[in-house]
Amino acid sequence: MKHAAFLPRHALQILLDALSGEGYRVVGPRVRDGAILYEELRDVADLPAGWRDEQQPGQYRLERTDTQRSFAWAHGPQGIKPLVFRPRESLWRVHRSADGRMAFSASIPQDPPLAVIGARACDLAALELQDRHFLESIRDPSYAAHRAGLFIVAVHCTHPASTCFCVSTGDGPRAGKGFDLALSELDEGYLIEVGSERGAHIARMLPLQLSSDEQREQAEAEIAHAAALQTRQLPGTNLRDSLFANLDHPRWREVAERCLSCGNCTSVCPTCFCHAEQDLPSLDGQSAEHVRQWDSCFSEGHSTIHGIVIRAETGQRYRQWLTHKLGSWHDQYGRSGCVGCGRCITWCPVGIDLTEEARAICGPNGEGAT
Amino acid sequence: MNPYLPREAEIVERIQETPTVFTLRLRLTDGQPYGFEAGQFNMLYLHGVGEVPISIVAGGEADGLLTHTIRAVGRVTRGMMALRAGERIGLRGPFGRGWPLAAAEGREVVVVTGGLGCAPSVSIIHHILRHRERYGRLTILQGVKHADDLIWRTQYEAWSRQPEVRVLLVADVASPGWQGAVGRVTALFDRIELDAAHAIAMLCGPEGMMLASAAALEQLGLAAGDIYLSMERNMQCAVGHCGHCQFGARFVCRDGPVFAWPDIRDLLGVRGF
Repeated sequence: MKHAAFLPRHALQILLDALSGEGYRVVGPRVRDGAILYEELRDVADLPAGWRDEQQPGQYRLERTDTQRSFAWAHGPQGIKPLVFRPRESLWRVHRSADGRMAFSASIPQDPPLAVIGARACDLAALELQDRHFLESIRDPSYAAHRAGLFIVAVHCTHPASTCFCVSTGDGPRAGKGFDLALSELDEGYLIEVGSERGAHIARMLPLQLSSDEQREQAEAEIAHAAALQTRQLPGTNLRDSLFANLDHPRWREVAERCLSCGNCTSVCPTCFCHAEQDLPSLDGQSAEHVRQWDSCFSEGHSTIHGIVIRAETGQRYRQWLTHKLGSWHDQYGRSGCVGCGRCITWCPVGIDLTEEARAICGPNGEGAT
Repeated sequence: MNPYLPREAEIVERIQETPTVFTLRLRLTDGQPYGFEAGQFNMLYLHGVGEVPISIVAGGEADGLLTHTIRAVGRVTRGMMALRAGERIGLRGPFGRGWPLAAAEGREVVVVTGGLGCAPSVSIIHHILRHRERYGRLTILQGVKHADDLIWRTQYEAWSRQPEVRVLLVADVASPGWQGAVGRVTALFDRIELDAAHAIAMLCGPEGMMLASAAALEQLGLAAGDIYLSMERNMQCAVGHCGHCQFGARFVCRDGPVFAWPDIRDLLGVRGF
């Protein structure tokens, strides 16, 4: 943050306007239905100033605070994943003419590029993993289209929830990379860092001032404080071997007695990539749209082949989720699939804590006490 | 290139193999070339219903037709069975990694299949018979639950008449006139000679059958790394994106469906994977 400039609080609107002026549709955090969601944002007055989120296993509540700050909260149920890997999206359409001939046409997204304000470090780490999944081996055209246009304004996290453990995964609370601009929120305004050429282009449109030593120290101290506040942690950064050595651990059956197999955890996880394809025929039978939508390894259909359900039991599904997320991700993408956001803990209706389950199965040091 | 977008294919010929198994011979209508490796699969699309992964039995021969043999077990395949010659479906592919035919050159090849596992393996047999001089003895072991489930009887007879080819058929339940053995496919391993040090095995069928066969082949002296298996899991995208086919760290659609036995033996047979 050595070279961070200062943006006065009232000038944040200029950033929104600059992004709009460059053709971006701006989305940012707003309070809706009792949660903080990324929605269209035209006016900084719509930011969740004076709100913070109280998160516990199985619990999420917004509370009023007396702060002027707009980003004094951890995160809502969704990060930025839905902006690039859409919950539901058309892949292609087919038209069948009277003589039975079929014409297929790809559905390539046409919507304007998005700029997101307030992305968190955990979600940027997750985005990097999603990029690898959807772009590296075989390029996903829809994801690529959304991703190419995405402009990211990160805000370093200063108010982690009790369910957060990004320090333990090494992904936060500071947003280290993957952003165009990054902000540190102070009472009087923002420190702003540039992370890309596009970010520099936008920054040149802002009424930036020199930041003071005190401001930079304050910002650093708040990020360090956010790290120190976190109490949860995983019992190791690579649990692959101990998880796969414990496929018959009694804990899988025990957690299955609590788990509802509802799929909330996978729906809020910023790295989960599973999706199902579905064909939607028109009423006249002449055309059909082929769509994909998010799927979950907790659903019965996820593992079904010609009438056989490979994971019929909840314990097998929880084991699939945990051995993949914390285990086989290492082989697939060189790191754990968990970025420590803790959303799966908060949004689990029965409050199952992934860190606790990992510790029960892998032992306190992650070395697989069987 | 859009990996999700199907091409149109016309059904040129349709063959009912058994009451629930049928074969479609397809012509791609766009006239663009199509190549595949033995053991790969296509995604076949039925209008308004959806896609299914189906192994490629044959293709690219003189008539340019692609052959798929399909069992009607779900919404898509049951609907497809009702199609007639002249009707159209969607097709995209080929996908996945196929059989190790290059590694098998100069060696004796054992093909062990169960049920409709014979379909993904036909391409091995075709390839070896087309390049007979490159391979040693070919042994084909095919097991079925009921003798009436056996398809391609005349094909097996024709193969068995080729030089250096042995065909052994076995059924759990025989029917009148059944000339093959009775029992499980693993019962056949006692009846074949094998130069285990120079053999390579390719397996396709139910997982229990493949597990038992891999164990039996190791007992006969085959190195684990010379045993290959074709896996089956829920596949929707076929390009390693949708996540359904994950088997541990592997995406069966992209990293398989053919795997070397040592690469999957840790999880094969573990319920729930």
